[in-house]
Order: sequence, then C-alpha cells, then structure tokens
Amino acid sequence: MPLARPGDRRSWRHRTPRARLLLWFGWLALVALTVFAWEVMNRDTIWAFVADAPRQAADIGARMVPPRWSYLNELVWPLWETITIATLGTLLAVLLAVPIAFCAARTTTPSFVLIRPLALLVIVGSRSINSLIWGLLLVVVVGPGILAGILAIALRSIGFIGKLLYEAIEEIDLAPVEAVTATGASRLQILDYAIVPQVLPTLVGISVFRWDINIRESTVLGLVGAGGIGLKLEASLNMLAWPQVTTILIVILATVLVSEWVSARIRHAII
Amino acid sequence: MNRTPALRIADLVKRYRTGEEALKGVSLAVAPGEIVGVIGPSGAGKSTLIRCINRLVEPTSGRVFLGDLELTALSGRALRRARRRIGMIFQEFALVERLTVMENVLSGRLGYVSFWQSFTRRFPPADIERAFALLERVGLIEHADKRADALSGGQRQRVGIARALAQEPDLLLIDEPTAALDPKTARQIMRLICEICRERRLPAIINIHDVVLAQQFVERIVGLRAGTIVFDGPIEALDDAALTRIYGEEDWTTVRQRAAAGRAWALDAERLEGFAE
Repeated sequence: MPLARPGDRRSWRHRTPRARLLLWFGWLALVALTVFAWEVMNRDTIWAFVADAPRQAADIGARMVPPRWSYLNELVWPLWETITIATLGTLLAVLLAVPIAFCAARTTTPSFVLIRPLALLVIVGSRSINSLIWGLLLVVVVGPGILAGILAIALRSIGFIGKLLYEAIEEIDLAPVEAVTATGASRLQILDYAIVPQVLPTLVGISVFRWDINIRESTVLGLVGAGGIGLKLEASLNMLAWPQVTTILIVILATVLVSEWVSARIRHAII
Repeated sequence: MNRTPALRIADLVKRYRTGEEALKGVSLAVAPGEIVGVIGPSGAGKSTLIRCINRLVEPTSGRVFLGDLELTALSGRALRRARRRIGMIFQEFALVERLTVMENVLSGRLGYVSFWQSFTRRFPPADIERAFALLERVGLIEHADKRADALSGGQRQRVGIARALAQEPDLLLIDEPTAALDPKTARQIMRLICEICRERRLPAIINIHDVVLAQQFVERIVGLRAGTIVFDGPIEALDDAALTRIYGEEDWTTVRQRAAAGRAWALDAERLEGFAE
C-alpha cells in the first residue's frame, strides 16, 4: 500500500489493513478447522487399539517374514495378467482419448456449442471415478476377469490422457498452423502437418506416464475380482497367509520399479 | 494500360471484434512482377493487410482480386484452391520445428495432393524433384533431412522461402521476413527473396519495418499509418516529408546517415569474411 502523506514521512506497507485482516482470519479459520477435524476423528477412534498398534504391527511383521519364495511360481501368470490389464487398458484409453482431446481443445474442436462440452463431460466423468469403482461396476456388467480390468483401467485413463492432451493442444504454437493453412491445406492436413508434430512427444510422454500409474492401479483391481495379481493378494489375505502376502508385495514393488524405469527411459528418449 | 493487375484490393476494411479498426478502406493494385514494400509503424495494419488477402484474417468489407478471381467471394474448397496460388513467408519462419526440412518444403504442396498422399509422405515425383531444386536454389540441399529446429535463423527463413515457392504461387505475401534475423542475414534474405521474385516475375508484397532495408531492395513503397495508405510511390519519392507522414516527426537525415554508416560497416564485415574463406 503506497501511502504518501503530505508533509509527513512516506510510509509503505506490503499489505493493506484489509488484506492483513483477511489473512489473519484465514489462518484462524484453518486452526478452527483442524481442531474440529480432530474432534470428529476422536469420536470414532478407540484409543486402546491405537496404543496397541506397535505390538500388532510387530506381530504381523514377524509372521510376514520370511517371505514364501516357492509361491513365486503361482504369481507368474497373475503378474502377466496385471501387466496385460495395464498395457491394453492404456492402449485402449489412448485410442479413445486422442479424438476426444481434439474435440475438447479450443484450437481444434469442430463445434463449440455441442461437441466441446460433450468431450469435456466425458473427460470429467472419467476422471471423477476411481478405477477401483469402475472395476466394481464392470465386474457386475461384463463378469469377473481381466476384461473388466482392462475396461476399468481404460475408462479411468481416458479422462487423464484426454485432459493433459487437450491442454497441450491448446498451448501449441499457432504460427505453423497459420503457415500450413496458407498453403491451401485441408483441415485434416493441417492437423497432420502443423498440430500433430507439436503434440506427439507430449502424447507419448502422457501415455507412458499413465501406463506406469496403471501398473500400480491394476495390482489392486483383483481385490474387486477384475483379474491380475490382486486376486492372489485377496486370497492370501483371507487365508491369513502372511508369508505369501509378503511375496506378493515384493513382486508388486519390483514390477512398479521396473515400469518406472521403463517409462523414465522412454520419456527421456523422446524429449 | 489494359493489363489486369496481378492483385487488386478495393476499399478493404477490417474491424476486429474489440472494435479496433485495423484497416480503414485500403485500395491497392500490384502489377505483374512488381515488388511492393509496405512500411509503417507497428500496429499500422501491415500484418492484417496481407492476411486479409489470403483470408487468414476475414476482412469486414471490401474486395480482393487475384488476377480475375475474387478472393473475397470464395469459401471452402474454392478458397483452399486459391490459397495454393498465394505463397506466404513469415516473420518467425513458422516452420513445423519437429518435421524435417524436406517435409516443411513439401508442405507447400499440401493443397495439391490428397490427404492420404500427404499422410504417408508419398508426394508425386515431380513435387519431390521441385523441392530438391528449390533447396538447391536457397542453398540448403545438404540439410534436406535435418529437423527444422536444427537450423539457424537464416537457414530456417530459407526453408520458409522454399516452402512458399513449392506452391508455384502467382503471388508472394511476405510478413516482416527479416525481423527475427541479424542485420547481415537480413540483407542476404532480402536479396534472395527479391532475386527469386525477379527470376520468376513473381509479384510480391513485403511488409517491412526497416525503411533503409526497404529502400535498398524495393522499387515501390506503400506507407501505411493507422489503417490508411498515406504514401504510395517509387522509392525515390520517399523523402523526409513522406516519412514524417508515415511515422510521425523524426530527424530523418540523421537516421539515414546512421543507417548508411551501419550499412557500410556490414558490407565491410561481409568482405572481411570473404577474405577469411
């Protein structure tokens, strides 16, 4: 607040009194919310159990080691299923998300009144539902198995890929688009020559990143019956077969590490 | 003279949605083979003027004729066909950076080939032959397979020139071709453009903010100020009074002297480099 009083010394403060007051109230509200949330949590927590937690954890921990390595044989196929779910799901999502993104981007949409809102709705709808919930619904609709898993992953990923891609399409350099338009090219040719080359690296980056996320998500999809290593996890948990649970967790960790390495390499290569 | 002009613009008006009037009734005729330099302060409407010709910007009113064809009456496929006949060269080159030099040059042929041919990059042999010839003409033949973003500014503008010429145009629209280049490269590019236009008797409109550069290469000057033509005549007629009408008050004698000194220096530098080679 630059304030010049004639005849007096000029004073300067970073914020106006009003802004300072608002800031103070903001902090007060945050503290009040924290206290309230703590109260809500307290109501449903049995503190005796919490006090017991370290002992329980130690107990389960002790049962979980050593991992049952012989169980690995039975995990090969479910692991393959998990990777299949993630890969085919991502692929399907990319195929569906690319046209949706072009319909949603301001720069390329065929119609602002009809198609763009529709495309945005698809993107928001897909993003707002977790793949585990998609899985629950799809197991009912198409039956248990990896098809449900693939569709669940695809439906969740459409929104993710679509949103990031359409934002990239809106941020492209328009000068080449103008130049290619000036040559007398058709709309499809403009797309192919001026727009796609600019967003292709982004698309590959997004897809690989999403594939990496989908590997993780597909490991739990089995919990709702959508196939993959999650099924084994659920079975082992139900049987209280803790050494098997450890083996599964180690396998999941290793898979995620490998997928992260692969996606990092691919993204590095295309930049 | 009963020859039809290569390009005729009549009462062109462009009012943007913001209410700003970029062109206030511009009329202009370009004879076959004539090179016209359009000068004027930034915001005078130079860019809008040439974009209204190939309808990258939609004029509010007025008519534009390419030969006998009324460009302002076209739409859809007919407009695309007309655009093939008008090459355009841009200030920041406007190349597709991630495509190769060859693909950029061939993109000048997009209006002539089917989507499938362009998608699979299988252009007719004649187009490829022409693209090689153009790359030879602009001195980039050994860079054909490089990506456009691997080239220097001057080289990129040469690709831009080759792309425009690949269209086999009947008119060139050139928007500040040298604004993103250093003074020496700027003169080389201007010389190349003007040479090519004369070789092919290709009429051209060149927007250029550098008065001295314009005087060096162009015979006819059009001065644009606030959307109105305030000067149109041969380069010799562009005196201090005319420059003041276009740009406003300025000590033009000094500007010219300084520019002449700069030009002498640039020529010196060029000669010295010639010795070094």
